[in-house]
Amino acid sequence: MYKIATKRLLAPSIYLMEVVAPRVAKSANPGQFVIVKMDEKGERIPLTICDYDKTAGTVTIVFQTVGSSTKKMALLEEGDYFSDFVGPLGQPSEFIAEDIEDLKQKKFMFVAGGVGAAPVYPQLKWLHEQGIEADAIVGCKAKDYLLLEKEIEAVAKNLYVATDDGSYGYQGFVTDLLKELIEKEGRTYDVVVAIGPMIMMKFIAQLTKQYGIKTIVSMNPVMVDGTGMCGGCRLTVGGETKFACVDGPEFDGHRVDFDEAMRRATQYKSEEGRAEIERQEKAEGHVCNLGLGAQA
Amino acid sequence: MQSRTGGTGIMEIKKRVPVKEQQPEIRRSNFDEVCLGYSEQDAVEEAKRCLRCKKPLCVTECPVAINIPDFIAHVKEREFEKAARVIAESSSLPAVCGRVCPQEIQCEGQCVLGKKGDAVAIGKLERFVADWSREQAIDLSQTLPKNGRKVAVIGAGPSGLTCAGDLAKRGYEVTIFEALHKAGGVLVYGIPEFRLPKDTVVQHEVDNVKALGVKIETNVIVGRTVSIAELMGQEGFEAVFIGSGAGLPMFMNIPGENSNGVFSANEYLTRNNLMKAFKEGYDTPIRAGKKVAVVGGGNVAMDAARTALRLGAEVHIVYRRSQAELPARAEEVHHAIEEGIHFNLLCNPVAILADEKGWVKGIRCIRMELGEPDASGRRRPVEMPGSEFEIEVDTVIMALGTTPNPLISSTTSGLEANRKGCLITAEETGKTTLEGVFAGGDAVTGAATVILAMGAGKKAAAAIDAYLINKAH
Repeated sequence: MYKIATKRLLAPSIYLMEVVAPRVAKSANPGQFVIVKMDEKGERIPLTICDYDKTAGTVTIVFQTVGSSTKKMALLEEGDYFSDFVGPLGQPSEFIAEDIEDLKQKKFMFVAGGVGAAPVYPQLKWLHEQGIEADAIVGCKAKDYLLLEKEIEAVAKNLYVATDDGSYGYQGFVTDLLKELIEKEGRTYDVVVAIGPMIMMKFIAQLTKQYGIKTIVSMNPVMVDGTGMCGGCRLTVGGETKFACVDGPEFDGHRVDFDEAMRRATQYKSEEGRAEIERQEKAEGHVCNLGLGAQA
Repeated sequence: MQSRTGGTGIMEIKKRVPVKEQQPEIRRSNFDEVCLGYSEQDAVEEAKRCLRCKKPLCVTECPVAINIPDFIAHVKEREFEKAARVIAESSSLPAVCGRVCPQEIQCEGQCVLGKKGDAVAIGKLERFVADWSREQAIDLSQTLPKNGRKVAVIGAGPSGLTCAGDLAKRGYEVTIFEALHKAGGVLVYGIPEFRLPKDTVVQHEVDNVKALGVKIETNVIVGRTVSIAELMGQEGFEAVFIGSGAGLPMFMNIPGENSNGVFSANEYLTRNNLMKAFKEGYDTPIRAGKKVAVVGGGNVAMDAARTALRLGAEVHIVYRRSQAELPARAEEVHHAIEEGIHFNLLCNPVAILADEKGWVKGIRCIRMELGEPDASGRRRPVEMPGSEFEIEVDTVIMALGTTPNPLISSTTSGLEANRKGCLITAEETGKTTLEGVFAGGDAVTGAATVILAMGAGKKAAAAIDAYLINKAH
């Protein structure tokens, strides 16, 4: 049993929970994910790690209620327990294995959409702790939906906010903002890390390809076990089949077959869920807020 | 020699006592166990058929060397508890083995009676004894005093449970680390309820291992959550047994394989068995399919096919060799045919066809014929040019076999695996290339059977015991 130490409502229907899981906290790194299960009858839900405290033995997750399982999860309160909380799963972000001095020569830009702000945070934080500067763009539909602004501001060199409705920061999509920063303000980046809805990652990858900027994306497809057993999470990357759970979740964004990944994401969606995905696809480039890993 | 019907003649003794089963037309729409097992009377009658051979070949063919004639003799005398104790000396999972072992190629395959009639129904008798002792709540947990030495076991499947149980009996403090949220390994995620009931049979056998003092820590993925070096360092385990199985599904790498509606048998079965998608009230979804093709001919293919059938689908097995070469247990094939699974033999998929939205709409196959025997001794299937045809289906399940998970070998320096990802071990002891680390079961052999994994767990437990006794001196 894994106790919920804290719970916070970050934005409408978006929750943060700090969960006591000492073994997971001890081994966690940026870029990895966990699988949580509420109780005997619950689904196994993959969620990217948003923070961890190795001393306190806690791991932070952020999720948005989109289906029946995440809605049930939102009813858990501080002091309640998850029956299962397993991880860290997947490969850590590539940069944590690189030479620190080499990293200091690189210019990083993190682009987050919707709930994607949460998994971007531990990456920015890790780099900040090593003395490596990085910029961030966080996009959401309106000011109320902006997550972890203070936290990200504290670890990013520059934080740019984009809202769909212009209620805060730049009005428009994260792709447009990134384009402006590069073309109008002459910013240069060596690496872009994009985390958010698949449609957003697809368009960021298309944009950065034009500039020849290396781009990492974090995929979060449907999966069961998270250890390579089910193969439900398979993706095509550079023409080869990869399992997101063990080969990823982070991949070269210029090589991911996003159209296939988006199609596969609908496999277990209810009619309602599928309609939502179709709406997203129609609104090309729209930074939607369909949660990471919130397939349920 | 007695005839069980009291003297109707020698012909009778050639037949085994039939076992009651759910009728095919009823069971094809439920997940209850197919085989209902022997009654006390049936078991006693069947036990009378055993000839008590001087050199019992059945025992030599049993991977855990159960004293089969002895336990059967006790059944014949209605001494069921004594029979259970004989089995418990060698096996910690008899209710499982009585149900899922391929007896026809092991113990029963060597039975002298089988030469002129039916072999003694050893599997059904083992199952009867195990079920009886569970229902009577017989305590079979006998252990030596604790010796204070810690051994870690990775994986709570057949090999890990067996190794842990044997070590606990010898006095070791054993902790099993299990990656999933439930102990049992393939017994809970792979084999369906209708062959192996989870709550009664599997859970009870896991509880028996716990009753020996074994601790089971679920949700720990060795290689991710914790490393072998940490277990043997700061956590103080003096030896480790790796029984992590063969969990990675294989795919064919044919066009269309990533279409929506193509699943590995592992995914399909895990959703249904471990996550209980078939049961009301459980949240995990499954796409049952209306018309399903299952590719493969092993036990997993039969399990996937019969699961899809029970979820309401019309099911077609696609297998590249003929019926004689099907690697599945004879009983499973027989049950599948009875239940109305269609067998498309001697054909192999070449592509999966999808509609404009990317969902499966069919499978294109090519007919095969059998050529010369290959390395496995089975005749090699050869494609017949120009014989391609299509089967209209909306779901495809790939049951082509599994390979060991590289998570542990890739994160443990000094632990060597072969090209197929199988851990390299000394055959008799299970010793790996790393000091104090042993392995067995599918992690070493690639996908095989429950009983072979148990045999390997047993050998490794003896070897770990010898290693630690030696190390202390």
